[in-house]
Amino acid sequence: MSNELEFLSRHVAAGKLSRRDFLGRAAALGIAAPFANSLLSSAARAAGPVKGGTLKAGLVGGESTNSLDPALMMTQVPFAFGKCWGEMIVELSPDGKLENRIAEEIGSSDDAKTWTLKIRDGVEFHNGKTVTAEDVAATLERHSDEKSKSGALGYMKGIATIKASGKEVVLTLKEANADLPYLLSDYHLIVQPNGGKDKPDAGISAGPYVVKTNEPGVRHGGERFANYWQGDKMGHADQIEVIVINDATARTAALQGGQVNMINRVEPKIVDLIKRVPGVTIRNHAGPGHYVFIMHCNTAPFDNNDLRMALKLAIDREEMLTKVLRGYGSLGNDFPINSSYPLFTEIEQRKYDPDKAKFHYKKSGHDGTVLLRTSDVAFPGAVDASQLFQQSAAKAGIKIELKREPGDGYWNEVWNKQPFCASYWGGRSTQDQMYSTAYLSTADWNDTRFKRPDFDKMVLAARAELDEAKRKQMYHDMAVMVRDEGGLILPMFNQFIDATGAKVDGWVDDPHQELMNGYALAKCWLQA
Amino acid sequence: MSSPILKLIAQRIALGVLLLLAISVLIFAGTQILPGDVAQAILGQSATPESLANLREQLGLNDPAYVRYFHWLGGVLTGNLGTAMSSGQDIATSIKGRLWNTLFLAFWAAIVAVPLAIILGLIAVRYRNGWVDKLISGLALASTSFPEFFIGYVLVYFFAVKWQIFPGISTVYDGMPFGERMQAIALPATALTLVVLAHMMRMTRAAILNVMQSAYVETAELKGLSAFNVIRKHAFPNAIAPIINVVMLNLAYLIVGVVVVEVIFVYPGMGQYLVDHVTKRDVPVVQAVGLIFAAVYISLNIIADIAAIIANPRLRHPK
Repeated sequence: MSNELEFLSRHVAAGKLSRRDFLGRAAALGIAAPFANSLLSSAARAAGPVKGGTLKAGLVGGESTNSLDPALMMTQVPFAFGKCWGEMIVELSPDGKLENRIAEEIGSSDDAKTWTLKIRDGVEFHNGKTVTAEDVAATLERHSDEKSKSGALGYMKGIATIKASGKEVVLTLKEANADLPYLLSDYHLIVQPNGGKDKPDAGISAGPYVVKTNEPGVRHGGERFANYWQGDKMGHADQIEVIVINDATARTAALQGGQVNMINRVEPKIVDLIKRVPGVTIRNHAGPGHYVFIMHCNTAPFDNNDLRMALKLAIDREEMLTKVLRGYGSLGNDFPINSSYPLFTEIEQRKYDPDKAKFHYKKSGHDGTVLLRTSDVAFPGAVDASQLFQQSAAKAGIKIELKREPGDGYWNEVWNKQPFCASYWGGRSTQDQMYSTAYLSTADWNDTRFKRPDFDKMVLAARAELDEAKRKQMYHDMAVMVRDEGGLILPMFNQFIDATGAKVDGWVDDPHQELMNGYALAKCWLQA
Repeated sequence: MSSPILKLIAQRIALGVLLLLAISVLIFAGTQILPGDVAQAILGQSATPESLANLREQLGLNDPAYVRYFHWLGGVLTGNLGTAMSSGQDIATSIKGRLWNTLFLAFWAAIVAVPLAIILGLIAVRYRNGWVDKLISGLALASTSFPEFFIGYVLVYFFAVKWQIFPGISTVYDGMPFGERMQAIALPATALTLVVLAHMMRMTRAAILNVMQSAYVETAELKGLSAFNVIRKHAFPNAIAPIINVVMLNLAYLIVGVVVVEVIFVYPGMGQYLVDHVTKRDVPVVQAVGLIFAAVYISLNIIADIAAIIANPRLRHPK
């Protein structure tokens, strides 16, 4: 009996039998529908991707002010749509390794200062032109130009010269950097004809889909690119569509009503409800994003390490994780790195300890209240989290006064300006990137005002170190320093929570970003 | 007879234009006191001092305010609304599509809501204080008391998720077949209808009831006219001015006040467009949309005034 079913399920996967007929046949054989369905989907997976159909995603994070210029991409919708039409030089695979894309090979000199990218043959842009080393060089030039508005400018500034010769692009760096290939996987660095210098928002690259519709803030659509160089791996649906749905309730309703096949950012508090909807699968997995409270180490009263330590000990991480994230996250330990980073090492977990907190608070000599600024835009549930913090600190005799700031303008007026506030970090792909972005003395985004020449030296040394064991040790020491002396209170890492509808197949969890690092539309397919 | 009316109309329009000009100053001043600036808002958390300075220079944010005001006004008068700072798109072009969407939705909501409200109002008056009147008034009060988002979500829950009759998200686009477009707007139009219905219906009822107190209605009743004829022939024409007023007010609301409904149904109209640009501090867009909204309000009010004047002989021939 089950042999017959298996045979039939392969027929369905091969498109020789309709799904409905199969389920009817299974019912006739006395097989319950859920089992028959799971049999079917495993057969479909074994049979490989199915071509055809329109794959639709309903996503938060799109505005009518979005542009197709990769340099200006910031929010989730341009990010996810960019992965559909754009092709990268190099990419991070779901298991954390580097995957060469337009670059066929990346090699470095022994001192990690000169890097050579060999450009792949026969990759074609949507306009029919072949991708050349000049295009790649021009792309990097555009994003590393001091005048550029590129979101990748911060990392790209480290490149001293960019030269294209023949099939190769040679980069020389100002300082040695063993992580350069990881930097090149930044989602802004979509390779464009002539680097996008002529028309940055033309939406032309070499990705699996050609831009057909671009209505910022409403919807974006793409049609499969016939000459895509990796047609067997990506671009299974004939068309893809991203519909901007910023309202969480509307988004889940659209998934339930079958109007979209996948959504991002399911709120933790409704995950358990959504799980009960037939056909809907929750795709949650850990990532490097974290919810934080940041103190300026150079501003009174936070310039006192005992006070900082008191606050770090006065936060009940476990309670926050269960109440704010409903368990969809992991405990933080006051340094911005977790196991999703390649060179992560465990450090003893800091716990809620009101007595110790009281001791450090007394030692700091500060009395009176501590003003914490918060807002719901800092991270989802930030106001609740701040109130929990206030209560747990009160038990340690520390009075936290909450100031609820308007969401509008929070990132301009409060974050990186006020000495103590709630905030959010999306994380980066390597430890070096994370520390360089926010913990180097010179970093523009040093939002804890952590200014330590000894720490800076460690960052630069680790960056140039090619021996992995030594590097791991260096990152361990840096983490301990940030954890014990920095201005960061990191109670929890959040998970990405996406959800897919009944017919979506081919999903692979990816720790780097939501929606399979943005590739969900490009890599998933609709079951026949 | 026509010349005093034409004169009145011309006066109203001239006043409207003046008012619009005053509003343009207010809008411009208002956008200047928003905290932060557009360069900061565009770059958000990724702003570095260099990129900020570059962007500010490029957007011309360094000129004094009055220079920018006259520059803007000159543009508006010649039909040039400028380009959006954040995306570099021509504002007039992107607003055109959005405005059309908003008007389309408002039109169909109005087509259903206005006659329905007036008819329900008439029925309520006819059976005043009976159970029909109480039922209509009760339902109307209920639908008015629920916030828009509640009505919207209830509609989505039943019609889109549970029964899957209509789509829960109303993304419309250019070149969409008419039938599909109507299907897409079914739920937001229903939500809007429910939101504005009660106000118009209750005003109609109140206005007609007011007239029903007059002596000539009593005369008509004593003449032996049927109740409906009394209302239709004697009461309604005399109550038309306040009814038109409230209808116009609600029409204006359908165009400028639908932000919540647009967000719930993901409808690409003006409200959503405005909200996006306010958060981005995209001043030219905010100004342009503000001005369009003001113009809609002012012109609908002018129309209401003129209609009231035409309907009322006492206003038509001022002493």
